[in-house]
Amino acid sequence: MPPILLGPFAAASTPPARQFPLAGVRVPAGFPSPAEDWAEERVDLNRRYVPCPEATFLFTVGGDSMAGPDPQRCIPDGATLIVDRSRSAAHNDIVIAVIDGDFTVKRLYRRGQQLALLAENPAYPPIRLGDEQELVIWGVVTAWVVSAA
Amino acid sequence: MIALVDVNNFYVSCQRVFEPALEGKPVVVLSNNDGCVVSRSAEVKALGINMAAPWFQLQALARQHGIIAYSSNYALYADMSNRVMRILAQFSAQQEVYSIDECFLDLAGQPAPLAALAQRIRRTVLQWTGLPVCVGIAQTKTLAKLANHLAKRHARYAGVCEWPALSAATRQQHLREEPVSEVWGIGRKLSRSLASEGIHTVFDLMHADPEGLRQRYGVVVQRTALELRGQRCHALDEAPADKQQILCSRSFGRPVLHAGELQEAVSIYTARAAEKLRQQASCAAAIGVFIRSSPHREREPLYAAQLFAPLPEPSDDTLTLTRQALQLLSQLYRPGPAYIKAGVMLTALQPASLQQPSLFPELADPQRRQALNATLDAINRRWGRGTLQPASCGKAQHWQMRRQSLSRSWTTRWQELPVAR
Repeated sequence: MPPILLGPFAAASTPPARQFPLAGVRVPAGFPSPAEDWAEERVDLNRRYVPCPEATFLFTVGGDSMAGPDPQRCIPDGATLIVDRSRSAAHNDIVIAVIDGDFTVKRLYRRGQQLALLAENPAYPPIRLGDEQELVIWGVVTAWVVSAA
Repeated sequence: MIALVDVNNFYVSCQRVFEPALEGKPVVVLSNNDGCVVSRSAEVKALGINMAAPWFQLQALARQHGIIAYSSNYALYADMSNRVMRILAQFSAQQEVYSIDECFLDLAGQPAPLAALAQRIRRTVLQWTGLPVCVGIAQTKTLAKLANHLAKRHARYAGVCEWPALSAATRQQHLREEPVSEVWGIGRKLSRSLASEGIHTVFDLMHADPEGLRQRYGVVVQRTALELRGQRCHALDEAPADKQQILCSRSFGRPVLHAGELQEAVSIYTARAAEKLRQQASCAAAIGVFIRSSPHREREPLYAAQLFAPLPEPSDDTLTLTRQALQLLSQLYRPGPAYIKAGVMLTALQPASLQQPSLFPELADPQRRQALNATLDAINRRWGRGTLQPASCGKAQHWQMRRQSLSRSWTTRWQELPVAR
């Protein structure tokens, strides 16, 4: 199993993982630790990437529709998506949308009356949404995680 | 003012969040062993299918209308419930979580209009979790429950019913229309007794003589009547009191004959109960085990037995408790009956912090065992229940609950995350 980059995710009944500061470590005797005054909380991936745990859900990417040529925007097959439902979707956001009852991950295009879902992979044509087709945005993708191995 | 917030058709709504194709279709969620209907979508209610209807009796109807049935997925429901409750906590300084899908909020000091706040609560929970909720607002918990019921029943309230804001005439009408059985705490048996003395509607109960009610039915019914008049008798209990006993029992998916399978079941229930015990930082001073045969087998005698035993010293250790439970089981077990249920009860609970170290400790090194239990809990939380368990829990577990139509655990297992294409 490849290493999982994301720390313990706020699950069922556990509060979000918290790292405790170094301070308060008991010193045997004699000299106090010189590090004690500089204690800070260890950086926490959850804090940074899951600011709203109640509204955050993880998805797995299936397929290569978002695996585009731009390395900044390339989301490969199998990547884990961090989806925040508390954010409202804006033009150019990557979103989880519901099309015909299925989940799809695409970039939202919203300009004037025009509404479409764009794939990063040029092999996939844009999904244009007409009047008769309702667009349901399930959540906004705020980050994705790819294992190195 | 007090608000009661609850999720509409909670289990069904949870399934729909992760399977949007279910929207608009008739969906039910079934109880343990896929026995009865425990949650119904609006479409199913419209077909006249009642709560607790046995699933096997509904087969023809299900085929005719294409009813989709799910087994209860408690991992999913628990996670979604925790999300909803934490969101709701942001709207009030005082919250009482009343059940998996409902909670009371104290709205004292909140700026009016409260209905606007309630709509904001609904929007937030819906957007953040995908779950629809209704809100009832009133002076007392009993009235808030009633208002919540009205918010659900009448579309014109758009999911929020603020009782004091209704006109006196509307309130009167509701009170006369709703049967007394809709009142919080008035069960079926009690409403039959009340009916025999002419109390049929909420209005009747509200205007009954409180002193007479106390004499005939006890103080609980008296308080209920007073609460309906707007007199607060029940405070918000914030933290649920630590349980005085922990019971873990379940019916098997099929009758069990062999001692080995009963041992597996009792081991699993003990492990689960011990985990709950540690969650509330308690120790148990006694443990009980029961087993029961099927009452529906005509030719076989019914066998039901239970046994309690004190522990040598109060404990929260899975292995110590398991050893004791299996010992009790060996005394209870008789070959022959087809067993359908077993259970484990931890009782005489006390805070773990009050533990006195024993002069002749059971465990050579209790601290190591404590660390082992903490690791056990952490692993099972992270990788799913039953990932790490005592070997006596067995591997095959053929007797396990039937859950034929179990959905994925969309939010608690890495392998089961929803897929987006």
